[in-house]
Amino acid sequence: MAKVLVVTSGKGGVGKTTTTAALGAALAQMGEKVVVVDFDVGLRNLDLVLGAERRVVFDFINVVQGIANLSQALIRDKRLENLWLLPASQTRDKDALTEEGVGKIITELRNKFDWIICDSPAGIERGAMLSMRYADEAVIVTNPEVSSVRDSDRIIGMLDSKTVKAEKGEPVQKHLLITRFDTARAARGEMLSIEDVLDILATPLLGIIPESQDVLRASNVGAPVTLNDATCAPSRAYIDAARRLMGETVPMIVPAAKKGLMDRLLGRRAA
Amino acid sequence: MMGLRLFGSRAAPAPVPASAPIARERLQILLAHERGLRGQPDLLDLLRSEILAVVSRHVAFDPEKLNIRMERGHDVSMLEIDIEVPNVAERLSAAVA
Repeated sequence: MAKVLVVTSGKGGVGKTTTTAALGAALAQMGEKVVVVDFDVGLRNLDLVLGAERRVVFDFINVVQGIANLSQALIRDKRLENLWLLPASQTRDKDALTEEGVGKIITELRNKFDWIICDSPAGIERGAMLSMRYADEAVIVTNPEVSSVRDSDRIIGMLDSKTVKAEKGEPVQKHLLITRFDTARAARGEMLSIEDVLDILATPLLGIIPESQDVLRASNVGAPVTLNDATCAPSRAYIDAARRLMGETVPMIVPAAKKGLMDRLLGRRAA
Repeated sequence: MMGLRLFGSRAAPAPVPASAPIARERLQILLAHERGLRGQPDLLDLLRSEILAVVSRHVAFDPEKLNIRMERGHDVSMLEIDIEVPNVAERLSAAVA
C-alpha cells in the first residue's frame, strides 16, 4: 500500500530538501517506486537538488488546474528509473494550491507509487499545512539547536491535530531525523546532544545525519547525496534511515567525531 | 609588567562553559508552556478582548491610555487591564448646567 511521507521541520535551512532527495533516492535504490513532491510554491528547489531543473515543463499547479495531466508533469530521474519528481510551480501565487486539488493529486499518486514523499516548505503557512495534510507518516528534520527544536515541537503539534489522519483519530507516524550533527561539539557541550533532543521532543529517532561537506558537494552537482557517494557518512546514515522506514531494524550509529567515520553504537533503536 | 604579561608564557585559556545544558533547560521551560497553550482557545486573550469590547460600548477611551499586562503561569495566569475612563458623570453635569 502506498505511503504518503511528509518531510517537515517548521524552520528553514535544516535540510528538508536534502533529506527528501536522499531518502527518495535510497528507497528507489531498494526497489521501491518513489515520487518526491515539491510543495514549496514560488521557491522550488527539489528539482535543482535532483539535477532535473532543466527538465521541468509542467508543475504541480498546472496539474491542479487541469492544464497538464499528471504523467506530463512527472519527471523521471535519469539515474534511477524508480525515482520521479513532481516539481512545484515557480511563478504562480500560493493560493493556487487548494486542499481539494492536493487531495486529488495525492490520491492519483497513491495508485502509481509505493512512496509519495512531500517536501514541505519552511514555516507553518498554507504550503506547509497542505504538504502534511494527507500524510501517513512524517519525518521531522531537526538541527540540534534551540530554534530548530522549538519549531519541530510546534510542527509535531500540528501533525497531531491538523492532518486528515489526526482528525480521524489515527495518529500520523512520526520519525525524528537529526541533521547537521557534530559529535565533537555535542561532546564539548556546545551543541544539544541526541539525548537532549530526544528527551525534549519525545519522538522516535529515525537517524542522525552528520554535518558534512559531502552534502554540499552533492547538491552542487545536482545529485541526491545517497547517489553521489553512497559510502560517505551522511549517505550511510540516510540509507540506514530509509531501511528503518521500510521496517527494518538497523542499529543506530552516532557519527564519530573524527573524519566523519562512524564507529560508535548508540544502541538506540528506531521505532 | 604589561610587556611581560604580553610576551610571557600564558596560562591555558579558561574552558568555555558548556552552553548545551542552558539550551536544554530553556527549551524545556518554553515548550512546557507552549504545549499548554496549544489546541485550546486562549482564555486570557478571550477575556481581554471581551472586557475591552464591553468597556468600549459604554465609554470612549483613549487607546493610548490603555495598559494591558498578561502573565501566563503554570497554575495561575494574570490579566491586568488598566483603562483610564474619562469622568462621564462630571462632564454630563457640566453640560446640563
